This record gives sequence, structure tokens and C-alpha cells, in this order.
Amino acid sequence: MSYALKAAGAAAALIGGFALLFTFERPPMDTVQLGYRGLGIEQVVNPRLERMTLAKNAIPAVVPQVGAVGPKASAVYKNVQVLGDLSVTQFARTMAALTGWVAPEQGCNYCHNPNNMASDEIYTKVVARRMLQMTARINAEWKSHVQETGVTCYTCHRGQPVPAYSWAHNDTPPRSAGLSVGTAGQNLASGSVGLTSLPYDPFTPYLSGNAQIRVQTPAPRVMPVKPGIKDAEWTYGLMMHMSTSLGVVCTYCHNSRAWYSWEESPPQRTNAWHGIRMVRDVNNNFITPLQPQWAANPYGPPTGPVQPRVGLHGDPLKVNCGTCHQGAYKPLLGVSMLQDYPELNAVTNIDAPPPIRQ
Amino acid sequence: MSMLSFEQKYRVRGGTLVGGDLFDFWIGPFWVGFFGITTAFFTVIGTALILYGAAIGGTWNPWLINIAPPDLKYGLGLAPIRDGGLWQIITICAIGAFVSWIFRQAEISRKLGMGYHIPVAYSVAVFAYISLVVIRPVLLGAWGHGFPYGIFSHLDWVSNVGYQYLHFHYNPAHMIAVTFFFTTVLALSLHGGLVLSALNPPRGEAVKTSEHENSFFRDFIGYSIGTLGIHRLGLFVALSAGFWSAVCIIISGPFWSRGWPDWWGWWLNLPIWS
Repeated sequence: MSYALKAAGAAAALIGGFALLFTFERPPMDTVQLGYRGLGIEQVVNPRLERMTLAKNAIPAVVPQVGAVGPKASAVYKNVQVLGDLSVTQFARTMAALTGWVAPEQGCNYCHNPNNMASDEIYTKVVARRMLQMTARINAEWKSHVQETGVTCYTCHRGQPVPAYSWAHNDTPPRSAGLSVGTAGQNLASGSVGLTSLPYDPFTPYLSGNAQIRVQTPAPRVMPVKPGIKDAEWTYGLMMHMSTSLGVVCTYCHNSRAWYSWEESPPQRTNAWHGIRMVRDVNNNFITPLQPQWAANPYGPPTGPVQPRVGLHGDPLKVNCGTCHQGAYKPLLGVSMLQDYPELNAVTNIDAPPPIRQ
Repeated sequence: MSMLSFEQKYRVRGGTLVGGDLFDFWIGPFWVGFFGITTAFFTVIGTALILYGAAIGGTWNPWLINIAPPDLKYGLGLAPIRDGGLWQIITICAIGAFVSWIFRQAEISRKLGMGYHIPVAYSVAVFAYISLVVIRPVLLGAWGHGFPYGIFSHLDWVSNVGYQYLHFHYNPAHMIAVTFFFTTVLALSLHGGLVLSALNPPRGEAVKTSEHENSFFRDFIGYSIGTLGIHRLGLFVALSAGFWSAVCIIISGPFWSRGWPDWWGWWLNLPIWS
């Protein structure tokens, strides 16, 4: 063998060894069977990654519960629009919890003018009020998705003023000329679709628009075929997002032999169907109406921290599956923080059109 | 079945690995040997068990007959016959028959003073099967990870296991395997086309030789691998296809628990891009 051949072999072995050592995982793995035996409907979990998952989903200490003592908040404070039915003690507890969940470093003044707590002059207070309405709406109207576990501010915020996972309209880079024309918003190995080359903004059509995810049909395919392959790719983009946001695989919700078949799908798929409608409700009725607030403060309140509130096109950062789930099949691994904060369900004046469930 | 006139002289004694002269005889055109007996033994039992499984499975529709592996809860232990135990015994029979067949090929090769290329080649196919029903299930800790024995059911398994890694085309070993499969098809079709064209000249002309074949490929792509070389190349690309197929399923699960697109994060994170 020539020297060059030996050197090439050694280099290949080195690269191969590196790939084996540092880019793969190793047995033993934990496995969960989710369907009939032999169908391959199962989930493989690396137990050595679970410690990270547990740490990421740790539950903050509960603010001590208080009885409904004293007069109502609306009778004592001015400009209490949605928490007025709470007693002053419960109101104070809710404010303390909210601060810890959303702005632990910034404190009360992140939303309030300390000289006039009732004032709406700091825009974050207006946003917080809308978010309280949204939380109550989710817990009341979307039990089909959140069940009795419910959500709190912490489900998304996790101690951050801006939740870690969000999306905005994305049609960049603009491709309108030359050989690259017609990339159809794909082929960029995007994190939003699990590092695939699938369309990287499936959120606009499916999570704010009401595009249907019905690309597979037992009906005969007659030209012009609609829905077509493009529709399937956009659907797959959304599904990649759902899978990676929940840390699950396709078979968590589907028997892949017939994606469309509800009869053959695991029951989680029904929950996910309602989840998609819930996210549309949240984006269209609670997030997007706050657009003027964020447009006026695209990087947050002047006191900081400087974090973008809007996307490239000036639309607000919106909610997708990852916003709550953050990599877990159930947000916070299914622990119900809402049980400890019944005050969040006492929000009045949920001002939004009725939810759309179709 | 009749024998060709010259075949008799190749019917030589010896070369057996096991059993000495005991099974060193022919039945019609078939040489028997110790491993011929074991092949038949495992094949008959395995096939009978498949028929038994079909009989208790509720359908005789050949597309739908399904003999599924046990639930994962049985781990690497034995399962009740009707709950996957049948699959376990059939798997033992299948491996017994396939491995016997390898050794039968080896014995015949020895008998004829040939190399072991045929048993080695066939071993790669058997290795791919064993990867699916033994190596990967053992690495994942349960026989239930094997594929079910049924025409439709095993396709459902393939589909679902593929989608467990979100997008199987991003599996690096799958990429290599698919590339080898297509290369095998390309090489075989070029070789077949070349031989047939050399042996089928226009009416009235003489059959062409290997020098014509070499000239064609030298004119065409600047290089001819030659008459022996093309068979070495064909064996290599075909076995590589099967080998990397086995690798691509062994690493799915035991050595990677997430979607395959995610594995390419190391590539996307290389410092050369930023």
C-alpha cells in the first residue's frame, strides 16, 4: 500500500472515530411501548439526558397560600380590571408570585410606577393584564388540551420577562431572482423545524392562520392534486416543530402507516389537535392585539433588559408548542402549578371572541 | 433432476466441517451434509410454527398474517407462546436455518477447493437480519424491539421505527447504505449491458472479447476495471449496501435516541460556518 493510501486511511479512521465518540449516544436506553407489540410505536429515551430535563423543569417554591381575608382588591385599589374579585391578601400573593415568575430580577417596577401603582403608563402592565386574561382563558376554555393541569405564567416565562421559545413571521432570506428563486421558505437547516431543511416558518399558516393539516386522504388522487407535496412539506415542518418541542417522536401521536387515521392513532393526537386550536386562539386573540404596545417598545421597557419583542416584520413574538412545552412531553413534566394558585382562575373580564374548535 | 454429463466428476468426497462422511451424500441434485440436515430441521419447525401462528392469529389472509414479538415488558426473557413466545422460537429457527446455510455453502466451497466468497457474501445478509432481531433488541434491552413476521405488519414496523427518528433520510449510515444500493444497481446494469452487448454483435459479425469491453470503458470514462475487477467491485458495493443497512438500524436507538436531523447539529455547529 502506498504511503498516501495509508495516510488517507489513517485520516478517515481519525474522523470516523471522532464521529463515533463525540456525536452519538450510547446504550443502555430507556424505552416505552405506546402501541400494540411489534408495531414499533414506542419512545426511546436516553436516561443520561433525563437529569438535564429534570433540572430544566424544576418547580419554584410555592408562595405561601393565604385565605380570602379582607375586602376585595377592587374596593381597595384603583384600576384593578381583571383581579378585582380577589381579596387584598390573595391579590398581594398573586402579585408576588407573578413577579417571581416573570420579572424576579426587575421586581414590581418592571410593570408598575412605584409612585402610582395603579397607573398603566408602563406598557408591561397592560401586557401582564392581557396575559392574565389569556391564562384564565386557557384554563377555562382549553381543558381539552391542558386538562386539569392548567397553566400559570411560569409555564412559559420560567423566571424570564420574555419566554425562551417564540416565533415571528419569517420569509428571509428574500429569494426573488437567479437560480435560488422559489426556495419556498425552506432548505436552510432551521432550528424551528428540528434542523431539517423543511419549510422553516410553518407557524404563520398553521398557528396564526387556520391552514388545515389534511394532506393524506384515502380518496383517489386526481389532477390537479390538492393538497400537494408542498402542503405535505409545510405540514411536516410543523410536525418537526411539535416533535422537537415536546421531545417526542412521530409515533407519540401517529401510527405512521396511516397518518390521517384517528382510529389507529394514540390518544395524544386528540390532545394535540386541540392544542393547535388553543395556540391560534392565544396568538390571534391575546398576543397579536397587543401589537401596538410592542411596536412602541420593540426592545422592552426602557429600564431593560434589552430583548426583542417583535420579529423582522414588526409582528409580535408569538406562541408555538415550544413556548410552554420547552422540550418536555408535558410542560414542567405534568406538575400542576395551577393547583397552588387558584387565584389565577378568578380573573374576570376575559375579553375575547369565543374559541374556534374546528 | 438430471445431471450434466461432466457434473459427476465434481461430486467429490470430503471437505466437511462437521459429521465426517456420515452425511456426505447427495439426494438427487442436492448435496446433504450435516448442515443440510440442520437447515431442513430448522426450516420445517420454523415454517410449521409460522403456520401455527397464522392458525391462532385470526386470519389466513397472507397479507395480514402477523406474528409479533413480545411486549417490551418481557425484556430479554421468554414470553408466553401466544404473546410473542412464538416469535422468539421462530427467530431461533430462522437464525438456525440461515447460519446452517452459511456453513453448508462453506462445506461445498471446501469440497470444490474454492474460496469462501459465497458464504462470506451470504453472511452479510444474515448479519443484517440478526442485527434487526438480536443485536438491536439486545442493545435496547427487549426482544420486543424486533420486527414482526408478516407482510404488512413488518412494513408498518419499518415505517414507525423510521419515524421514531423523525426523518430517517438524515441517518448517516442510512445515507451510505442507500448510496451503495444505488451504486450496486448502476454497476450491475453497466456490467450486464456491457457483457450482453459484447456477446450480441450484429448478424454476421464475430462475438467481441474482453478487449472490446475494456476499450469501451476506456473511451467512455477513461478507465476499465476489467473482467475480474468488476466482480470484486460488485461484491464490495453489494455487501457494503447490506452492511451499512445493518449499521443504520443498530445505531437507531442504541446509539441515538433523538431525531436523526438533530444528529447533524455537530455539522451545523462547526466553526467554519461562522
